[in-house]
Amino acid sequence: MEKPVLIREDGLRHDGRRPDELRPIRMEVGILKNADGSALVQFGKTKVIAAVYGPREIHPKHLTLPDRALIRCRYHMAPFSTSERKSPAPSRREIELSKVIREALEATIFTEYFPRTTIDVFIEVLQADGGTRTAGLTAASLAVVDAGIPMKDLVAAVAVGKVDGVLVLDIDEIEDEFGEADMPVAMMPSLDRIVLLQLNGVLTREEFRNALELAKKGIMEIYRLQKESLTKKYLMYPEE
Amino acid sequence: MPKIYVANRQIVRPGDLLAEGDDVKGGDYTYRIGNKIYASVLGLANVDDGVVSVIPLEGMNMPKEGDVVIGLVTSVGITNWIVDIRGPYKAVLNANEALESFNPITDDLRKYLDVGDYIIAKIIVFDRTRNPLLTIKGKGLGKITEGKVIDVKPSRVPRIIGKKKAMLNILIEQTKCTIIVGQNGRIWIRCPNEELEDILVRAIRKIEAEAHIPGLTERVKRFIEEEKRRLGIA
Amino acid sequence: MSLTPTSQPIMPRLKRDTLISLLKKGNRIDGRAPEDYRPITIQLNPIPKAEGSALVKIGDTMVMTGVKTEIGEPFRDRPFEGVLQVHAEYVPLASPSFEPGPPDENAIEAARVIDRCLREPKAIKLDELVIIPGRKVWVIFNDIYLIDHDGNVVDAGALATMAALNTTKLPKIIGIEGDNVVIDRGVRETPLPLSLNVVTVTLAKIGGYIIVDPNLDEELIADARLTIGFDSLGRIVGLQKMGMSGFTRSELDYAIDLAFKKAKELHELLEKVLKNPETASKPIV
Repeated sequence: MEKPVLIREDGLRHDGRRPDELRPIRMEVGILKNADGSALVQFGKTKVIAAVYGPREIHPKHLTLPDRALIRCRYHMAPFSTSERKSPAPSRREIELSKVIREALEATIFTEYFPRTTIDVFIEVLQADGGTRTAGLTAASLAVVDAGIPMKDLVAAVAVGKVDGVLVLDIDEIEDEFGEADMPVAMMPSLDRIVLLQLNGVLTREEFRNALELAKKGIMEIYRLQKESLTKKYLMYPEE
Repeated sequence: MPKIYVANRQIVRPGDLLAEGDDVKGGDYTYRIGNKIYASVLGLANVDDGVVSVIPLEGMNMPKEGDVVIGLVTSVGITNWIVDIRGPYKAVLNANEALESFNPITDDLRKYLDVGDYIIAKIIVFDRTRNPLLTIKGKGLGKITEGKVIDVKPSRVPRIIGKKKAMLNILIEQTKCTIIVGQNGRIWIRCPNEELEDILVRAIRKIEAEAHIPGLTERVKRFIEEEKRRLGIA
Repeated sequence: MSLTPTSQPIMPRLKRDTLISLLKKGNRIDGRAPEDYRPITIQLNPIPKAEGSALVKIGDTMVMTGVKTEIGEPFRDRPFEGVLQVHAEYVPLASPSFEPGPPDENAIEAARVIDRCLREPKAIKLDELVIIPGRKVWVIFNDIYLIDHDGNVVDAGALATMAALNTTKLPKIIGIEGDNVVIDRGVRETPLPLSLNVVTVTLAKIGGYIIVDPNLDEELIADARLTIGFDSLGRIVGLQKMGMSGFTRSELDYAIDLAFKKAKELHELLEKVLKNPETASKPIV
């Protein structure tokens, strides 16, 4: 595929967004019956669902830790989520992303409250259009809250990119593929802690600092939406 | 001078700053960094006499010694039963906490309690180093042989009981049912007839859905009265 | 599935307390300052049979990278580029906590981080590795072998990889018949075309302190780690935060600038060794 124009003459991106604009975001909490906690999150066309089971005891017992809960995290893409069918077998990418997502959740969950148990976090990407790990982590954090598991703060995440020399917020697949940098960032916003940070691309130190600022801006908005989605079902008075 | 940023019964989420100051204490489901107190779960803020805590709206209850729970037997061993009490940990009921005398060589525990049986039990031991231990020896405890067991969100149990059992008493008086509420979010009911049982279950579901909205006790009372009227029962 | 690690070596409480109280005074358990690397040796071509190779020791961490080249097909969406494959293996002999089996998530992560740091700034001129456009290209297999684990495998692996790539010479192509490319592995003429070098600098955060090149003990008690890739032009070519805690933005700021400084030192060291391989056999700090 030929490289499309990523920044138009009017300064807008290929989909009409401003450089600092997020895609339309939709979040819904508590959508699965079986899981202890769940959430569905959409960033534009990227659609992910996260579910949490636990804390619960699993066997074999010798795999548990005596002073805290284990976290088991699986980031997985559905075979129909990408343009070309993706094999269901875990790829090296999915293994790496499962690790960085788990580590982000380890930073926030009070695992020491549940020794000898396991907290299972499952993320399924249903449709992929860029920013799947950040949408997945955003959804996973909502699912953990929905499960009633104590945590320090929500985790809000977004990917910043550089396309045609311009730093942009919440990159989609096209911007990821043809751009010069892709930097996923996740934070615990109330505590101002960065719990996931990767860079795939080239940035000067100055660009990195600006990209981080831009990410923080997007993250505060996503954080606000997460909080809203959690209180949504409790603020609706049912009619009798 | 302590600064408290939330009102009583306000909905809070993990990471929400509840209060600041050295003289404020953080209660359940909060944590402290420096002199700031944050919420750690989604719930209702509770401000009471210099202590800020959160009443969770979601999640499993952590078992506590002394809790009355309704458990489901999931496996039978030689000298004990393993019981699901809906928390993070499976509970253990030793034979000597259920039977007067027991001989592992001649007695088969399955004769007394089998997989799939419900029991009303009390937690006699729980520290974080081992699984909760139960007993069914005691008044009101034992195997459930009739009636119905329903699961509710454990976080709703306090509301179903109510302050000084106000809500529970209304349910019992109005429906004439026997009701035992397990702290682990299981409720055993035994009703005079199917209609009253149906009304009771729906009333409980209503409490579950509206637990965070004030004035619930009155609304539930009215709900049951209207339903009884609608069905033409006393 | 990623699981909280349960089989790491036990860190005795006493050792941990000692480490932290030393850090409070600006010292580390092996006498280093917070911004110091352990002694680094780079040995070029330890495996003459491979097309390129290097052995790097950072302190007691030992990593070998071997480069093998083959003729293969390009990726369908990149018909005019050679193929780079970066893999890492944490073999069981490297540590008492390693089990035989498929690469675990740490090895996969390390390989992918180093791969990205090479690929993004186009360190290897993949477009000069095409033999028959769209059909036959050079495939560069870069295998990173952890032989002894004492922390900071990524920096050692990246350094070994960059050194190995610099020593890599492509086998001579002796004939092309249709789609068939015949090579003679015995004759190596063309150096692998590189445009720049890349190094990584890994820092760890322990309490509020940031240290460079954590050894295994420091890694075990670190709250979190950050690996930053820098190319020879001083640009950031990769980032990876690792570990189960987070960084504040001011910690990140400090880390990036410190890493930039250290990266320059690593680049100088690499260039010195490449120019004069004899210097490699003596430990260089």
